[in-house]
Amino acid sequence: MRLMMDRRLIAHFDGLLLLTVLTIVGLGTMTVYSATWDASRSMPTGFAWRQTSWSLIGLVGLLGATVFDYRRLERYAFVLYVAGLALLAAVPLVGEIGGGSRRWISIGPVTVQPSEMMKLALIIFLARLFHHRIRPGGLRLRDLALPTLAAMPPVFLILEQPDLGTAGVFVFVFASMVLLAGPSWGTLGLLVLACMGAVPVLLSGLKEYQLRRLTTFFNPEMDPLGAGYHLIQSKIAIGSGGLAGRGFLQGTQNQLNFLPEQHTDFIFSVYSEEWGFFGAITLIALYALVVLRGLMAVNRAKERFGALIAFGVLSNVFWQAAINVGMTTGLLPVVGITLPFFSYGGSSMVSLMLGIGLLINVNMRRHSRERLPRY
Amino acid sequence: MRLTNREAPNELRRRVVAAGIFSLVVFAILGARLYALQVGETERWSSLAENNRIRLARIPPTRGLILDANGDPLVDNRPAYDVVIVPEDTRDMEKTLAQASELLELPTPSIDAIRAAARKRPAYEGLVIHRDVDWSSVVTLETRQLEIPGVSLEVGPLRTYPYGPLASHVLGYVGEVTQTDLEADESYRMGDLIGKFGSERAWERFLRGVAGGQQIEVDSLGRRLRVLSRVPETIGSSVVLTIDRRLQQFAEQLLEDHEGAIVALRPSTGEVLALASRPAFDPNVFARGIQRKEWDGLVSAKLDPLSNRALQGQYPPGSTFKIVTAMAALEEGAVNPFTRIFCGGAYWFGNRSYRCWKRGGHGSMNLHDALVQSCDVYFYQVGSRIGVDTIAEYAHKLGLGVPTGIDLTHEKGGLIPTSEWKRKRFNERWYPGETLSVAIGQGYVLATPLQMANLIAMVANGGVRHRPQYVNRIESPSGEVLEQYDPHVVEKVEFKRSTLHQIREALRDVVNSPRGTGKNALLPNIDVGGKTGTSQVFKMGRNVVKTEHLARHLRDHAWFVAFAPVDDPEIAIAVLVEHAGKGGGATAAPLAHDLADFYFALTRGRDYRYVEAAPSRKVEVANAAKPQRVEIPAAKPQRVEIPPETRERMRALAG
Repeated sequence: MRLMMDRRLIAHFDGLLLLTVLTIVGLGTMTVYSATWDASRSMPTGFAWRQTSWSLIGLVGLLGATVFDYRRLERYAFVLYVAGLALLAAVPLVGEIGGGSRRWISIGPVTVQPSEMMKLALIIFLARLFHHRIRPGGLRLRDLALPTLAAMPPVFLILEQPDLGTAGVFVFVFASMVLLAGPSWGTLGLLVLACMGAVPVLLSGLKEYQLRRLTTFFNPEMDPLGAGYHLIQSKIAIGSGGLAGRGFLQGTQNQLNFLPEQHTDFIFSVYSEEWGFFGAITLIALYALVVLRGLMAVNRAKERFGALIAFGVLSNVFWQAAINVGMTTGLLPVVGITLPFFSYGGSSMVSLMLGIGLLINVNMRRHSRERLPRY
Repeated sequence: MRLTNREAPNELRRRVVAAGIFSLVVFAILGARLYALQVGETERWSSLAENNRIRLARIPPTRGLILDANGDPLVDNRPAYDVVIVPEDTRDMEKTLAQASELLELPTPSIDAIRAAARKRPAYEGLVIHRDVDWSSVVTLETRQLEIPGVSLEVGPLRTYPYGPLASHVLGYVGEVTQTDLEADESYRMGDLIGKFGSERAWERFLRGVAGGQQIEVDSLGRRLRVLSRVPETIGSSVVLTIDRRLQQFAEQLLEDHEGAIVALRPSTGEVLALASRPAFDPNVFARGIQRKEWDGLVSAKLDPLSNRALQGQYPPGSTFKIVTAMAALEEGAVNPFTRIFCGGAYWFGNRSYRCWKRGGHGSMNLHDALVQSCDVYFYQVGSRIGVDTIAEYAHKLGLGVPTGIDLTHEKGGLIPTSEWKRKRFNERWYPGETLSVAIGQGYVLATPLQMANLIAMVANGGVRHRPQYVNRIESPSGEVLEQYDPHVVEKVEFKRSTLHQIREALRDVVNSPRGTGKNALLPNIDVGGKTGTSQVFKMGRNVVKTEHLARHLRDHAWFVAFAPVDDPEIAIAVLVEHAGKGGGATAAPLAHDLADFYFALTRGRDYRYVEAAPSRKVEVANAAKPQRVEIPAAKPQRVEIPPETRERMRALAG
């Protein structure tokens, strides 16, 4: 019996999904290599190697995240959440400043970005909370109270850093999970109204530079020195890539350093300049494949807890990819959101890989007879 | 064995399908957008990327003007051409530099300095190599630019001070921002101008304006092809001073052959009418970029031209301080107008004699006579009666010992000693003999000319201490008044009417009585009140040397404080001449006379001297029983409209 189970587990391991993700990681690492290429000395810098190491660590994490039954996470969800929150709360105290905000903390030789770890912890905790609340007829407003309460501290801590982009992704992931859990029509209506009411409040809470980014989005000519400049340079990079691109290491926008934050927020521009429309559309297709493969796992998940975890992980990938590509192509305002599996960044890479690991885990155990403990 | 979705309801499946469709739509939109950019518009973007480059040029803001009370620009801007080099566009920077300098017949700037500056900013940003070049260089460069790629001209406003060193200590100067400035305020950029001293610094936030910017398309040689978009700069606001240029100019001329300071205030408001300090410097030198050598010269100059003596120079006030001692004695009731003290030329106290300046003695003196003739012995005795701490109390009430709070940096507060101060400072008790020195403004006592001007203004206006103000208002380039500064009353000290009356009448006679020490300040038709002071720098022993024979730095300072007209004061003046050699009456009083004369000629016309003014309200001293209080109406600062030609100038600058 035991043996049979194991065989089936391996049979249900979604190799295609893993392969797709690894392809994106490979393309990303290659683009990081190009984006951080030192043109004046014609030599690579260390970023691509570091990105490779992080990917390998992430891959180990991914595989590790598939070997145990994900249902066991239900018991530890709260502990993980509290631990993530503690890490996040430590940022203002011992965090390191970079680019005007405090987002990283040093642990030994590496610096980690606790907000990325928190994202995963929150998804698991929310999955647990919603799992017990889903009822016929949809979630009532009171069913949303505790999940909302759980999501608020991390969002506020991240807003304080300040990291508007990541905080926004949290909100989108939360909203996606609420929608999957299924609010009743009345609740949904109230939520829509509340969101509309929150817009002016949020706008007034923005920092000046953030507000400027928003206004320059609607009128980029207003700020030819700041955010408008980034946007125009990004559009020049993507647009000049043409159908087939300029080729690896050949993007002038990138190599002449016209692009800001080439290896993080604007890496998609670098990639599109070098690989053109074919390359860009291929990457979009790869993300679409991840999302669709993932949704199949959500659909087949044995119970809501697994479905919610898988959906949370997926919505994170989806929103980050969509918003990042949207902003580099000028469809959305410039907010600091990275391209998942693609942009340079260790914490983000590991956290995303772990998430995919859980997703595969959920998919693998869709026939398992084990059940969640009842309370 | 279909166990799939055993727990997942159909509803969940529907939502998952919806999510799938939604995500596909979003990805499709992104794909369409990429198609539009990369296939549809690729020509446009490629040409921007390949043949041209967009360069960002910041348009530094034009600083606002500083105008005198009548709207006459004391600080202006004029267009100046700078030669800049763009490191990115040069093949060999050192060679290009040499070539350009040779072509323009200018000295080659140090390559190391340019390299160091280049490291701190983007390679496409121009670095100034020659500032404010003349017209022939402009023409040369324009015609032969192709030979020296990377070198170009930039036109920008240059700060000018049309009157050269006039009021340089008040106006101050500008310089390029330093690393510290950049760290303190992120809105500054390398190469921006910032106020470093004086008004330029104190009013920086109004003067600086807001930078604009433009996206310029340039070709591979760095030549500008066209401006893609442009945000105009905002010119800074104008600062309108209370200082009258003519009076200021005159005051500085008076100090031409001296080192010292002259301060003129309007007693009713505390407005600064003139604030002169000599020696001075020419702020134009700073505007065009001061050379190391010039700066070193200014800083190490023996007479320290950068120091504003009017508020940074601290001097023993000498006999002008007797006003304080006299007021303290009258207020405390230690003496009355009829108290007489005999001056025999010296006063024995403790174990030694304290000399009066008049060796033969003044004879029997009352307070009035003692002030008029500046009798030291009288004030020795009065001083020892009331004690140092009482004197200090009144000195503080009259604004000494603390900075006046004028909006200029580095103001000093002077020093008014008390017994407690001495204990703290030297860990020593106060010796009664020291009180005698303090009573005549010697010893530890120090005051700035501005403080003394403010003090005499208080005597003139009946005890209102203003924070001296030299700015009337801030105006936007379009003429909108952004800030209007009303007089700031720091304290209203209630002196007895009889005290004020006594002092004013005595000060009137200092100038107007034949025995007064300040006769040199006498004006026709207008009563001037004043007090002379000669402050010792060098303590003479038994051998009295004529002060003219002493080395310069040991000679006495000459003081004169004055206000006029006594019965309705319009101007309060403090004159200090450093190391004058002669006394206040001989050196400082004539300067105060000339300044007051010029002031009244300005305000009343040249012939005021020949026309009898309103009947004199002079009150006899004997009549002290019913003193007449001079009521000063609560005054607003005068506002002179800016003349049309200045207004035109501001508009022209605003573009």
